Amino acid sequence: MKANFKYNLAWLGVMVLGFVIIDACEFLGIINTFIENMLVTMGINIILATGLNLIIGFSGQFSLGHAGFMAIGAYATGIITQNIATPLGFYLSMGVGIIIAMIAALIVGIPTLRLRGDYLAIATMGAAEIIRILINNFKITNGAAGLFNIPPLVTWVTVYVLMCLTTIITVNFIHSRNGRAIMSVREDEIAAEAMGINTTRWKLAAFVFGAGTAAIGGSLHAAYIQTIAPGDFNIMASIAILIIVVLGGVGSITGTFVAAMVLGALDTILQNFGTLRMIIYALALILIMIFKPAGLLGNWEFSFKRLSRRLRKESAIHE
Amino acid sequence: MSSPLLTAQQLVKSFGGLTAVSNVSVHFDQNELVGLIGPNGAGKTTLFNLLTGVTPVTSGAISLYTDNGVQTLNGKRPAEIAQAGLSRTFQNIRLFKELSVLDNVRIAMTNHYREGLLTSIFRTPKFYRTEAAMTAAAQKLLAIFDLTEVADQPAKNLPYGIQRRLEIVRALATKPKILFLDEPAAGMNPEETADLTRLIRQIQHDFHITIVLIEHDMSLVMNVVERLYVLEHGALLAEGTPTEIQQNPAVIKAYLGDEA
Repeated sequence: MKANFKYNLAWLGVMVLGFVIIDACEFLGIINTFIENMLVTMGINIILATGLNLIIGFSGQFSLGHAGFMAIGAYATGIITQNIATPLGFYLSMGVGIIIAMIAALIVGIPTLRLRGDYLAIATMGAAEIIRILINNFKITNGAAGLFNIPPLVTWVTVYVLMCLTTIITVNFIHSRNGRAIMSVREDEIAAEAMGINTTRWKLAAFVFGAGTAAIGGSLHAAYIQTIAPGDFNIMASIAILIIVVLGGVGSITGTFVAAMVLGALDTILQNFGTLRMIIYALALILIMIFKPAGLLGNWEFSFKRLSRRLRKESAIHE
Repeated sequence: MSSPLLTAQQLVKSFGGLTAVSNVSVHFDQNELVGLIGPNGAGKTTLFNLLTGVTPVTSGAISLYTDNGVQTLNGKRPAEIAQAGLSRTFQNIRLFKELSVLDNVRIAMTNHYREGLLTSIFRTPKFYRTEAAMTAAAQKLLAIFDLTEVADQPAKNLPYGIQRRLEIVRALATKPKILFLDEPAAGMNPEETADLTRLIRQIQHDFHITIVLIEHDMSLVMNVVERLYVLEHGALLAEGTPTEIQQNPAVIKAYLGDEA
């Protein structure tokens, strides 16, 4: 337990260091609004993709409906903070978004999670479309026009802290009895059942958990960008998150971080290229898929524990 | 006469027009070592699948005798049946290939070391305690079966014979009352089969559980089992001790054909 404390402290150090670096750059004026926007988008994408990676990479269920759950979080925040424009109102709205998204995931998941592979992907895609079309037609969501003037209750600091929190929670969830049960479902469903693992329950757990994190991402998106419309949460939005997961490595949270940052930076740099941007972006993806089909990092994870073990081994050899 | 542990009465399984198992009644007693033999396609694995819930029965009753009375198992999902104390290995090894040997065993212990969702997310002291207890129990089991050295390796990297052994260890980690082994010696050389024979005897003795095995390797079957069931064309052909079975004319006919 003491050893674990050391590694947890190391991770805390990394998080604080990241914060200090961004804060210093902000103070020195290196980060303008443009770059801050990029960093916040990266942070939100990391939250969204981590949750999706739990569903796709760890439980092995191919979901294409992540943007639907994101929309629920975004609209919960949009609607509630327009009435209660305080930070408390924002966190309340985020809580409401998470709960509704989780309930929706439960309703969608129970009938669809018995499907496999492509069939599940199409079913979840359909579910996300239903959510989008409902939002498009409700009065409270202001239909196709969407919501404007959502109070700006979120700064990059909020996004950074929530990104850290959701990552900690997700990683802790994965590295526990729960995470192992979920991975056993991915590895071999029949064997997992024979070992007493209720596969339906654990698949559902991963799906609902992922939907909850998607709602957090949606809430942050709504409060930072300040305008949302149903079109922001279409199938392309789900695919954009999927690309981050696949590119980083299905089953690697470290990979999700790297991919979200690389793609975010690439997107910003390529903005100067106009229409060429999408072509270069797509080309980069194709090249990575050809030369690194398992994603940038495969299912490799960075771990302080392993690093310190290796360093100790190497220093022992040098002595 | 020892007391019964698991009984199956008049089990029937039909796949469309094909009856894979017809009217089979078997019983397995406490701490007994039973063999299940028969020619290819006789319905041995189907019978295993019915007993462990992998495929639902068409008709018939499966009952487990526990300290709290008799429990009906048909209609339950495989996970519930596994939790009730029936564990198994598979004919074509089904390990969690990408996961470590240790994790393969720890997953099988999932239901014995309860960690709440919140304790694991917030890493409370209880989480570390449960996790440590679970890991220690898994390592102890690995040590008994000589797998400590490979504990951190992904299961897919192990040699074939070790994979078979790991599958048995994983099944034992669920703390079963009855263990079903589906062709544990398939693809093994004589030396490995001899090791396996010792292993099966050791498990029966040390863990005090009932073992049922499907096997084609007669040297293994006739050596270890106390009682045998012979299946042919989905029906029970004979039952008895290895000596009785070896002299049973119906069995000889099923295996070798009519004397022409």
